[in-house]
Amino acid sequence: MKLVVAIVRTEKLNDVLEALFRAEVRGLTITPARGHGGETEQVETYRGTTIKMELSQKVRLEIGVSDHFVEPTVEAIMSAARTGEVGDGKIFVLPVERVYRIRTGERDEAAVTPVA
Amino acid sequence: MSEGHIAWMLVSTALVLLMTPALGFFYGGLVRAKNALNTLMMSFAALGFVGLGWALLGYSLAFAAGTPLIGGFSHALLHGVSLEAQGEIPQILFMAFQGTFAIITAALISGAVVERMRFGPYLAFLTLWGLLIYAPVAHWVWGGGWLADLGALDFAGGTVVHVNAGIAALAAALAVKQRRDYGRQAILPHHIPFTLLGAALLWFGWFGFNGGSALAANASASLAFVNTMLAPMATLVVWMALDALRTGKSTAVGVATAIVVGLVAITPAAGFVAPISAVILGGLAAVPSYYALLWRARTRLDDSLDVFAAHGVGGISGALLTGVLAQQSWNGVADGLLFGNPRQLLVQAIAVLAVMAYSGIGSFLILKLVGLVATLRVTPATESIGLDVSEHGEEAYGSGEGAILVPSSDLLAAGSAVAPAPRSLQASGGDA
Repeated sequence: MKLVVAIVRTEKLNDVLEALFRAEVRGLTITPARGHGGETEQVETYRGTTIKMELSQKVRLEIGVSDHFVEPTVEAIMSAARTGEVGDGKIFVLPVERVYRIRTGERDEAAVTPVA
Repeated sequence: MSEGHIAWMLVSTALVLLMTPALGFFYGGLVRAKNALNTLMMSFAALGFVGLGWALLGYSLAFAAGTPLIGGFSHALLHGVSLEAQGEIPQILFMAFQGTFAIITAALISGAVVERMRFGPYLAFLTLWGLLIYAPVAHWVWGGGWLADLGALDFAGGTVVHVNAGIAALAAALAVKQRRDYGRQAILPHHIPFTLLGAALLWFGWFGFNGGSALAANASASLAFVNTMLAPMATLVVWMALDALRTGKSTAVGVATAIVVGLVAITPAAGFVAPISAVILGGLAAVPSYYALLWRARTRLDDSLDVFAAHGVGGISGALLTGVLAQQSWNGVADGLLFGNPRQLLVQAIAVLAVMAYSGIGSFLILKLVGLVATLRVTPATESIGLDVSEHGEEAYGSGEGAILVPSSDLLAAGSAVAPAPRSLQASGGDA
């Protein structure tokens, strides 16, 4: 089992979700995130104050998958989230010690296999 | 008195009263989220404190018979304020209409001291200011005082309201000093839609402010009303152009500010200038306020919401331009410089300088006085956390997550409004 953590552009979220569902990846969690990935800062002006916004709004996806699902998941996110500009985000794949499905008490592979 | 006059003045009074909550939203949107309620409360509290002060004493000091410098005490506690005619309307209605002006004028000053001033001392300052600064100045111009005798033109309060509040704000910013984060961190508006909504409601209310200042439903009210529509339009267009020239974009905060500056500038002139002059006045008034605002942000002077640049500078522009553009053929009272009466500009300048001197020094002294008996500022730690929680025990945008009900018996046992943290929270983290 692995945990795939992806940080993507907010405006690419719908494309990413569509690609994931097409790849039959169905269990996921998303949270709003803010970060800096080396992209040029956005300049904003409020009356006499000019600021550079160093953090940009992103979305963080967390997906627990069984090992053979890692590649399709990563591919789906990678192709759907890419614009080619700086700031497209990152994908991290992390080992997972244990997984439980709270409803049934199933663990590990069974817990990350979607309900048929 | 006639039904028509009374009806319009009833509506105008309600319109002007709405401007103070509107100002609260205008200001509230410009501060950080942690100070949103405190900033709104600074305006809302004026409705009670300055409004009551006005009814009980301020009205008498402004409009009861007295000397050229101040009215008397004959109308204190509303004594003798009756249904008898005062011009075209009952005197009680005149008192209420004028009261709405006192309230918003005092509330305007709050923009200079947001995000750092303790609420109690603020209320004390505000109440004293309404009695000691606003009432005498209103008397000078509208209560038969010395500026009225001199022939100063101030249709709806360019000098009484805006120059007065603007210079008081400058004094308050100096007396209370800058926010700790000022000049060190980016301090951004937390809700610009509130600011735009506030500006919209201010414009709406201002039709009562200027239109109602004719104190009758007549031709003069119509002129003031139309000029109140036209002048901010011109200010808005010029301001957007200045914004676009400087940064390549027109900003929403800029539009909201421009509307207020245009309204401020037309206030003294509203019933005195031709509609086309109102357009010129509105357009011209954008420039000094725009650059005053840019200049202020580069200084150590933390007039946080630029009350002086908007109301002080805008009020001065308006008062002086009234002396230039006034036209007897429209107002039946006096001409300005452009129509052959250069003396009017001089009189306008005297009125502005007199109010700046009295209000500037007086406001500073009142704050120093309040500062002798109470601390004006919150502690640095409180300032970082925000004044909503420290001054009001509330949050503007709390989600309710993590909130645990404190049973009322615990509150009694603790013997104070601040209960100890519930056991479940104290225990967390100890058994990992």
